[in-house]
Amino acid sequence: MSEVVANATSDAAPEKSPRRRWWERYSSTSPITLTMLALVLGVVIGALIIMVTSATVLDAWRHSFHHVGSIGSTLKITFDNVAAAYRAMLTGSIIDPTLLFHSISTGHGWSETMTPLSETFTYATPLVIASIGVGVAFQTGIFNIGANGQAIMGGIGGTAVGSMIHVPMIIHLPLTLLAGIVGGAVCGLVPGVLKAYTGAHEVIVTLMFNYVVNAILIYALTSTALQLPGQANGISRNFDASATLDPIFGAKSGLRVSYGIFVAAAVVVFAIWFLKRSSLGFDFRITGANPNAARASGINPKFIVLALFVVSGGLAGLAGVVQAASTTHYIDSGFLVGSAGIGFTAITIALLGRLQPMGIVWGSLLFAALGVGGRAMQAATGIPLDLATIIQSIVVLFVASPVLIKEIFRLRKGAQSFQMATKGWSS
Amino acid sequence: MRVELKGITKRFGSFTANDQIDLVVEPGQIHCLLGENGAGKSTLMNVLFGLLRAEEGEILIDGTAVNFANSGDAVRHGIGMVHQHFMLVPVFTAAENVVLGFEPTRSFNRLDHKTANAQIHELSQKFGLEVDPDAVVENLSVGLQQRVEILKALSHDAELLILDEPTAVLTPQEIDALMEIMRSLARDGKSILFITHKLKEVRAVADVITVIRQGRVVDSVPPTESEGELASLMVGREVNLTVNKEVTPVGDVVLELRDVVVRDDRGLAVVNGVSLDVRAGEIVALAGVQGNGQTELAEAVAGLRRVESGTISLRGRDITNLSPREILDAGLGHVPEDRQRDGLVLSMSVADNLVLNTPRRAPFARRGTRNLTAVAANARDLVQRFDIRTSSIDATAGSLSGGNQQKVIVARELSRPLTCFMASQPTRGLDVGSIEYVHRQIVNQRNEGLGVFIISSELDEVVALGDRIAVMYAGKITGVVEPTTSREDIGLLMTGASVVDHV
Repeated sequence: MSEVVANATSDAAPEKSPRRRWWERYSSTSPITLTMLALVLGVVIGALIIMVTSATVLDAWRHSFHHVGSIGSTLKITFDNVAAAYRAMLTGSIIDPTLLFHSISTGHGWSETMTPLSETFTYATPLVIASIGVGVAFQTGIFNIGANGQAIMGGIGGTAVGSMIHVPMIIHLPLTLLAGIVGGAVCGLVPGVLKAYTGAHEVIVTLMFNYVVNAILIYALTSTALQLPGQANGISRNFDASATLDPIFGAKSGLRVSYGIFVAAAVVVFAIWFLKRSSLGFDFRITGANPNAARASGINPKFIVLALFVVSGGLAGLAGVVQAASTTHYIDSGFLVGSAGIGFTAITIALLGRLQPMGIVWGSLLFAALGVGGRAMQAATGIPLDLATIIQSIVVLFVASPVLIKEIFRLRKGAQSFQMATKGWSS
Repeated sequence: MRVELKGITKRFGSFTANDQIDLVVEPGQIHCLLGENGAGKSTLMNVLFGLLRAEEGEILIDGTAVNFANSGDAVRHGIGMVHQHFMLVPVFTAAENVVLGFEPTRSFNRLDHKTANAQIHELSQKFGLEVDPDAVVENLSVGLQQRVEILKALSHDAELLILDEPTAVLTPQEIDALMEIMRSLARDGKSILFITHKLKEVRAVADVITVIRQGRVVDSVPPTESEGELASLMVGREVNLTVNKEVTPVGDVVLELRDVVVRDDRGLAVVNGVSLDVRAGEIVALAGVQGNGQTELAEAVAGLRRVESGTISLRGRDITNLSPREILDAGLGHVPEDRQRDGLVLSMSVADNLVLNTPRRAPFARRGTRNLTAVAANARDLVQRFDIRTSSIDATAGSLSGGNQQKVIVARELSRPLTCFMASQPTRGLDVGSIEYVHRQIVNQRNEGLGVFIISSELDEVVALGDRIAVMYAGKITGVVEPTTSREDIGLLMTGASVVDHV
């Protein structure tokens, strides 16, 4: 009953002037605003955590209890500590204005100036690719939790082709990337077949498959074919120079940002075309929005599930091979384990970006910047990297609970409603 | 109890849903509120039941002005409401549902089943509403579930009962039973406000009919008014309730069913040896009470349900157990029974829904890339030709009224080359204006030589449209008769009586 009323209200809302509508888009409860506010909250809560965990700040406060007059200096110490941490995070992930000014005035030191941006883009590149893979699946109503395993399989496939075949770059590099896609797609196809033909739940199967792939990685790294000769550890052969994604500005520049970002850009363009313009993408969206209507419209649900896992797994696999081919040029038993598990981060980013390719690009850059900046902060101030992880988590937490944001910032107006990107576990 | 609404005005933004509505319900009166979908009936009832607050006007109960802050206030003042979509807990028993919120308890807050059952029993006796208190609601038929809702309202000593579109989900027999209940409640002095857009039942049961159009009371008339008069009051123009059909030559068989057996989800053979022909240029209407296998038969023809045995062919080509895609491509147009579940993607645009099952066909796509210009051109053309009322072709299908949603499906199906057109419950839930429109479209297709297969549980529709009427009962065709056959005879066939007059 109340839904009917709500509809009637929004339908009947008087036409606003374009200018007012533009303003509302960024001032009210639009997804962009909510995400920005979530970031603000993350930063504020992060500041509180710095205050209560920094020894310097706590000492200053302890001191001020005994010397009442020192409250001013205590507040200054507190502020300075927090400011130093965030300054280090910003200058370490985007740009340091001092260095920039120096570079502009002298024409030197561009390498150091641009390193933070270069690092942020380097970290964001595989995240964009993997997150789009996950996002495409989520839009179809299927939860691919196995992106990490698919990325590792992509890494294995890519490393095999990149290190064991020796052909000119024009063939070798595309072949290596293709091997990554095939590795991820095959890895995704197994849960896909299980879901399509036996009705197994994809969340359970893909999640568990991550562990299977971990074992496959160890096995592959200790096989004579892939293991670096003369090594007892699980470490692979190196990529041929003809199979790596090299730094755009050359190896001497010191900037790691590689041609991988063009691969990521191509994936974004592909994803936009795929979701908006392709016939298969249209079938995916219909299936995601209404599986019954999809079936009645002649769409074969089994085919969609299989195609989806090929696309989603293939993209995750591509992310894996891009990661290996652009940074380390080999893989070891720690490949994509733990905090480097881009396949798990991808799930978070896909939701943060509301499953839209451009949203995912911004989400990936934010996560990469927080990670890179967090390391710079740890180096400069001694505050642990975990603070960056906490801020990431808080942003996601608040984005996932828009009502909370609206309450905190007293946002009540605006007709646009914010919906969660996902619907539920069942499909 | 005498309830009076005076000058009720309810606005949503700049839209006036109710405009200065006056309405009086006398004790013991069955007062019918008649109007098309979106006329403001439900808004008015929500105001009366305390779910919405009116901007202007007042509600008087026995001459005293009352003010409802919420529906609880309305209940305390003796108003009960049975919603169109029942608000019952499916896994609870009838008794548990009735006492829900006001449960009699024993020590430690345990539900006192004995007292609860006794209360229900007493209520059932008093009002002649037989319901087994221990029956689990999800196992009850829709008609009985509605009884539980009515009992629930009566258990709060309701003097005025609001029934919101109570017949939309009922079979003809259940509708008759409901009307009997309404009459007996009225005899006991209860007032009933009955909301509907169906003309027949209004005239059968109402004491007074108030017609609402676009938020205003158009007129209050006695039930002796003719259906045609009521329809024009409701729609605001002359409405043609009978469908004009020319005599057209009948061609070859386009849809042929031979000994078709189909099982339902529980594995029962709900379609048990059905044979039927539909020829080009004729409308075959399949009548029958809902639940006698028609739904499963339609699904089987569309390829959505496996055919156990027997054959289905489309213009001589065997399509038994082909995929839905192959059957669509073979030329079957299909309007599914549940349009929101199977026919549309509500979150997608009208334009996308108009190519939902032909997205790869030229000119809508080329080599895997959709041609959105062609999709939009197609949408503009169909929106105009089929008079689909939408704010834009990019509006979501979910924002359309039920009638316009159905037009989207009909337009989509009729805009591609067809061999046979099958429509399940084509006008269920539609208002008079839309029914008239959809019927005219169907008859036009038949006149142009298409074979049409209609599956409907509305006897009026079957008689109005069918050139031949097949009646289905318990999974079998009990007879195929001329539309001139008396309603009594068709009714007999619907209950499984022996074959009357084979065609």
